[in-house]
Amino acid sequence: MLKILKYSYYDLIRSRWSYVYFLFYLALGFVLLFLNNDLSKAVITLMNVIIVLVPLIGTIFGVMYFYNSKEFTELLLAQPLKRSSIFLGQYFGVAGSLTLSLILGLGIPFTLYGLFKSNAIWDFSLLLATGAFLTLIFTALAFNIAISNENRIKGFGYAVLLWLFLAVVYDGLFLMSLIVFEEYPLDSYSLLATMLNPIDLSRTLILLKLDISALLGYTGAVFKQFFGTDAGLMVSVAMLSMWTVLPLWRLAYKSKHKDF
Amino acid sequence: MMVKCHSLSLLVMLLLGNAVWGSILEVCPSCSIKSIKEAVAAASDFDTILIKKGVYKEFNILLNKPLTLLGEGLPLIDGEDQGEVITITADQVTVDGLKIINVGTSYTTDFAAIRVIKSKDFLIQNMVLEKLFFGIYLEKAQNGRIYHNQIFGDAEEEFNSGNGIHLWYCQNIEVDRNMVQKVRDGIYLEFSDNINIKNNISTNNVRYGLHFMFSNNDVYENNTFENNGSGVAVMFSKKIKMRNNNFRKNWGTNSYGLLLKEINDAEIFGNVFEENSVGITIEGSNRLQYDNNDFINNGWAVKVKGACYENVFRNNNFLYNSFDLSYNSKLNDNIFDHNFWSGYTGYDLDKNGIGDVPYRPVKLFSYIVNRTPETIILLRSLFMDIIDFSEKVSPIFTPDQLFDASPLMKRFK
Repeated sequence: MLKILKYSYYDLIRSRWSYVYFLFYLALGFVLLFLNNDLSKAVITLMNVIIVLVPLIGTIFGVMYFYNSKEFTELLLAQPLKRSSIFLGQYFGVAGSLTLSLILGLGIPFTLYGLFKSNAIWDFSLLLATGAFLTLIFTALAFNIAISNENRIKGFGYAVLLWLFLAVVYDGLFLMSLIVFEEYPLDSYSLLATMLNPIDLSRTLILLKLDISALLGYTGAVFKQFFGTDAGLMVSVAMLSMWTVLPLWRLAYKSKHKDF
Repeated sequence: MMVKCHSLSLLVMLLLGNAVWGSILEVCPSCSIKSIKEAVAAASDFDTILIKKGVYKEFNILLNKPLTLLGEGLPLIDGEDQGEVITITADQVTVDGLKIINVGTSYTTDFAAIRVIKSKDFLIQNMVLEKLFFGIYLEKAQNGRIYHNQIFGDAEEEFNSGNGIHLWYCQNIEVDRNMVQKVRDGIYLEFSDNINIKNNISTNNVRYGLHFMFSNNDVYENNTFENNGSGVAVMFSKKIKMRNNNFRKNWGTNSYGLLLKEINDAEIFGNVFEENSVGITIEGSNRLQYDNNDFINNGWAVKVKGACYENVFRNNNFLYNSFDLSYNSKLNDNIFDHNFWSGYTGYDLDKNGIGDVPYRPVKLFSYIVNRTPETIILLRSLFMDIIDFSEKVSPIFTPDQLFDASPLMKRFK
């Protein structure tokens, strides 16, 4: 598995996509900090970018890579190798290189602007951690879609739909349901609904640090209990891990049973 | 003629001086006078009672003649939870430099560490009050000064705690440089006019840092209100001037920096509202001037709850609030002009420092959150940004007359 991981990783680096992605974040970080020297405000702006862009790139990249390396995959399948290690190796190659680009691309400019001396370091680390999680989750989901769809156009379509659904449509439905059922106690429901969408969950996690005064101001006891404590953070991280592990497990399962 | 005048006034002053300062009575555990009550009984008008360092277990000390109670080395008066400690009924009383603890708690009588009843020209300063029910309670008092006192309560609940400094039917009182912590209301005013409250620090109180009821023509300035149940509540009062105060970290459900309810003709100048759940909540308040205030990092900077007319917001800075403004009606009669909004995205082509496109401070999202509070969980989501944008382009739900026609491009200094 490690060998395949390494191969996928070098393949991506050779294809220059990792560089493009890395340079994009590098430029974004520098421009943000150049325009606005305040680290903590730059973190807020970055949050908006990360919760939208990272899932999108993870999805598109995952699907693209899977379809592009199909011939190589088939070659590998002919070898005496465990199927799960082939696909998981490829997955970690892609997800790993994306995550690395993200962390280095944003980490370098922030470090140069004095991250370690500022008190934004925790907010920033949380931002990177959620960014990494989102990359892992959405690449895994993309691999799942790709392995279930032979037709590339269909696969791409589903992948983009998935992103659109989780990033935008889900929130719309969520909002509608909250308004329709506004007569009922909604605290637990809205917490649960947030937990079920990794993008919402990441956003809420970061907001905990940034807009806490608004969140604490207008919410019931359940919210307060959840957001006010470390337990909330723990549960959120556990939920994000679930979101990573479940698609991976399905990927491994599917790869074993699929007839190539 | 001049010389004669001078010598005459000198003579008058000498005579008066003698009368005002009187003699000094010392109280200490080893003196001939061992208790403050004895000293008060023995003293004649305008005497000074000098209380030496020590512990005095006394309560219901009645000052019914013009005396000066002066503590040396912060003597401790322990009320032993029996009742009121010092009651002042005479004019021209000074109480200075004492520490009072263990004031009795009662649900029928409001026991206070120091109570002033119908007296004039008093001065209460350098006191330390701890373990109290009410701290300094002024009733129908006039022309007094409360200066540099420290009040540390241990209030947990509203129903069984008292206020730090309580003014009831008072006139012309100055409350200056006091520190009030952990009581119900830090400073409370009821039916009190022409009161000047300045340089106080009121923190960690259960209910309000400062609370006005039916009090007119009062001024409060340069105070700090931090981490109270809510910062300041001004209710049913007229012509209050609020200047250069700091409202910080008043967090929680239904918590705010400043609550204005049924307030008319007030001035709110140069205050800073920072990290409150709501900066200002306004209800039924008319003809208020908001000028040069800073709203920084609040959940809501200003929340307007209806029946507010002819209020003018000018030259304020709205910086990085989750919501700048929330309105619950479509009617608007308030003016927003020349404010700086950190959320403003317009341009300034003629470079006159004023944005060419009006700014709409009420977002659709703030309207939705008003309706269904739980939707706050969707704060800063892409979906919300999209519908906020479409609402900005053509307002349907938010009051379309509500905008700042000339938003500033740079922060107002």
